[in-house]
Amino acid sequence: MNKFILRLVFCVVSLLFCTASFAQDNSGTEDVMRSNGKIYVVVAVCLTILIGLFFYVFSLDRKISRLEKNKD
Amino acid sequence: MKKNWWKILSLLLLIYTVIAGFLVAVPDLPIIHQSIRNLYFHVCMWFGMMILFIISFVYSIKYLRGFNLRNDIYAQHFAAVGTFFGILGYITGSIWANYTWLTDQSQSLGTVLKEPKLIGAAIALLIYGAYFVLRGSFTDMDKKARVSAVYNIFAFAMLFPSIWIIPRLVGSLHPGAPGSDSGNPALNAQKDLDAGMRMIFYPAVIGWTLLGVWIATLKIRLQLIKDKTLLNE
Repeated sequence: MNKFILRLVFCVVSLLFCTASFAQDNSGTEDVMRSNGKIYVVVAVCLTILIGLFFYVFSLDRKISRLEKNKD
Repeated sequence: MKKNWWKILSLLLLIYTVIAGFLVAVPDLPIIHQSIRNLYFHVCMWFGMMILFIISFVYSIKYLRGFNLRNDIYAQHFAAVGTFFGILGYITGSIWANYTWLTDQSQSLGTVLKEPKLIGAAIALLIYGAYFVLRGSFTDMDKKARVSAVYNIFAFAMLFPSIWIIPRLVGSLHPGAPGSDSGNPALNAQKDLDAGMRMIFYPAVIGWTLLGVWIATLKIRLQLIKDKTLLNE
């Protein structure tokens, strides 16, 4: 249970780094983040918010699970 | 952990929604242009709301069949998250309308918002708002559960005229009114949606709904813990 969550957190964090490194890797005029009306920037922002939200809800879930265990 | 697969499914579907929803080409319709992408977000809020209200309705009936307080807690929190989704749908809808329904600059949003669809949705949400007022006004737990379960069934019944029937009978700028080009809000295959958009829209509905159900279950579990301590003391 806990191991899985750790693995998931690791996944999420690495995903976040992945979106960040997108912007840094190919600097110059032709990089992905600056193409196509910069829509990829919006996608990156929305994904970050979404993943952050899910991370938050997951942590809430875990806290409530712990509470449930203590009560029984 | 086997029980949690749907939470991960929700995350994956929503990641897919954001990526595909922003990047896949959409048909260029007049006036709305790229804003049709709101379909994956605004419309999904309403779909999620309806599904959560249906779940709440089922639990209210279950409560009245056996008077198990657990079912009442379920009904309450599914209705709460459903109402929250409805409010989000309303806000996002008015933002969208502000930039598509207002065609000339001198028009104010207030004149456009006198829409049967919007008024119907507002009535539906207010009826659910009254459900929570009603719940709060009882001190006796059993009476509260019983009366509010009956009221919840009424509130669900009121969804039918206010958001499904009346908006389809009277003229409106919103898709789905008679006189407009589309027959069914959001789901008309030929006119509103092409195949590519459906491939994103349906997963998006499932993803957002699962997120809503997840939040509702968190609220329910917290409430159950609270009630348990209440009973032990």
